[in-house]
Amino acid sequence: MTFRDLLPARTDFQYNFAFLDEGAKREVRRALLKAVAIPGHQVPFASPELPVARGWGTGGLQVTMSLVGPDDVLKIIDQGCDGSVNAVNLRKLLVATTGVRTTFDSREATLLQSRHRMPEIPMAEGQIAVLQVPLPEPLRLVEPSEVETRRMHAEGDYARMWVSLYEDVVQNGSVSISWGYPCRVNDSYIMSPSPLPRWDLHKLHNARQLTLLGAGREKRVYAVPPYTSVRPLEFEDLPFTVENFAGMSCARCGSTDTFLDEIYDETTGRSSRVCSDSGYCDLVREGATGARKALHG
Amino acid sequence: MGYVAVQGGIAAIENSQALNRYLRMRGSSVPLSIAQIMEQMGPLVDRVMSEGGLYSPFHAALAVKQASGDSIEASFLLRAYRSTLRRMVDSLPVRSDRMRILRRISSAFKTIPGGQVLGSASDYEQRILDFSLAHETEKTQREVVQEFERSLAYGVLSDAGPLEPESFLKVVDLLREQGLVPPALAPTADPAAPTDITQHSTELPLDRSGRLQMLARAETGGVLALAYSSMRGYGSVHPTIAELRVGHVRVQIPHPFRPGENVTIGWILLTEVEVVASVQRSDAEEKPVFSLGYGACFGHNEVKAISMAVLDRAMKSSSPHAPAEDQEFVLLHTDGIESSGFCSHFKLPHYVTFQADLDRLRDLRGNAE
Repeated sequence: MTFRDLLPARTDFQYNFAFLDEGAKREVRRALLKAVAIPGHQVPFASPELPVARGWGTGGLQVTMSLVGPDDVLKIIDQGCDGSVNAVNLRKLLVATTGVRTTFDSREATLLQSRHRMPEIPMAEGQIAVLQVPLPEPLRLVEPSEVETRRMHAEGDYARMWVSLYEDVVQNGSVSISWGYPCRVNDSYIMSPSPLPRWDLHKLHNARQLTLLGAGREKRVYAVPPYTSVRPLEFEDLPFTVENFAGMSCARCGSTDTFLDEIYDETTGRSSRVCSDSGYCDLVREGATGARKALHG
Repeated sequence: MGYVAVQGGIAAIENSQALNRYLRMRGSSVPLSIAQIMEQMGPLVDRVMSEGGLYSPFHAALAVKQASGDSIEASFLLRAYRSTLRRMVDSLPVRSDRMRILRRISSAFKTIPGGQVLGSASDYEQRILDFSLAHETEKTQREVVQEFERSLAYGVLSDAGPLEPESFLKVVDLLREQGLVPPALAPTADPAAPTDITQHSTELPLDRSGRLQMLARAETGGVLALAYSSMRGYGSVHPTIAELRVGHVRVQIPHPFRPGENVTIGWILLTEVEVVASVQRSDAEEKPVFSLGYGACFGHNEVKAISMAVLDRAMKSSSPHAPAEDQEFVLLHTDGIESSGFCSHFKLPHYVTFQADLDRLRDLRGNAE
């Protein structure tokens, strides 16, 4: 045998549609069905290696790959932005292996894969949000062992979680968790809502879309079906709050009710604010003033 | 300015990839051939096969070339390629007592049945930089090879080692005959459907087969660090190497058409280690026995196989108190692909989460904007 014999005969070697083989996709879908049936429950799955590094969205990517069909329209965002380097990279891989159409307009997408954000425009029935999750276990905050956290979920033993929130309030005056804020899903399991900022949590609660969450490295998928309650853990006398952007507006589109990123001018060093959701920001700019209401309708 | 412009991201990635390729190619030397890597960087190729979880020297060497020699990156390339391969069949357990030995040593006994074979090892080399290597030519290469082969009584040295023996007695078998180590366990799982860590996510506690599989794909430096912690003080495993073997073993599968018959699909190079460690006593009634640890990995990688054996032993501890004795700690933190991926993901933008952090901090400081 020579080295040449080992080389693939064709240089344009084709991978399967959406990279994963059909057996692997079916395995992911089986896990997803279970996840949808038990909202907020983390379902283990095999999570084979992808050509993208662990921690870079392999969980979300496997969910998308196992669901995408030739007629789907994809939107891939990272930090709310279609052009963020990792979103570009994931989109390139998905387009190269499927040839499906992509969009920057969240309303057009049938499948929307995101890291750290939900789009500003509430999603509709029939749309699927796929969230990339680095750390699926909300109880990791209080318990390092996986064996132990699985037991705690099974028994609904969430006392230590509540105590940790209480201690946080005692020490800091309010809950200091900024993202990935623990939520109770369907009044049952406590779930880590990807690392969404608190701003986005209401977009999961009684939502019209199906939300699927994939953690590739930790090999877990979980789901929030449409019209399912997602309530952040809060005390009766200390309500949950979201990020405060009072008095600020987007320097590009003028929106005053979006999640705003703080940016610093490269030359003057002066700070300003822009929409984190770049697709939304562009729509508002194109549609000129008053677009925000129209977009939501 | 300052905004993450859509076109900017796409162009930046493409330019970065082009730069990467350019930097690998721009020197005055000729491009590395896959054959050169396979033949002259054996340990690196072996390490990539082992951590990538795919036995294919050609693909591992290609990955090494593509990754410019970065072993974790190369293992990652191979692991991702592996995901695309169809699973056809489970092979039968390999018979390592029929290994075609290239090297076999015991630090427990001076002489062992079948004899010790030092083989190729750098253990007793003085680590002095050999500047003559800087001037090697194809002529020196020929001379070295011819001179060595002339010195052999039996001509050319076979890559695969000596012929396959009928079977040989392992040092552990010797001890077992005297009742000094625990009896061999009968396979607990159905041999036709073994635990397969690539098909299911890790459900802890993992059975021993699953633990050994995870260690077999673990990153060499990762298992070494944790095994060293156990040897040095955080734990109690002070191993004696009963036996370390390096050689080729036959891989067989059930014949697809003739029931009851097996067919050989190839040979793989394997490093296999058994360590004997401190005395254990399962209950006061029984006589004490040595405890055992086992390690085996693709290719020639002795540090990894020994570290695996030490960790296998450490994880059997009935009352874990050191990190290396806790299987969750060991198994979930030694996979090079997962740990390096997560480590490098921190380079991704975290604008949104950091903005949320800023909001909380400003709020806690009582001076929210």
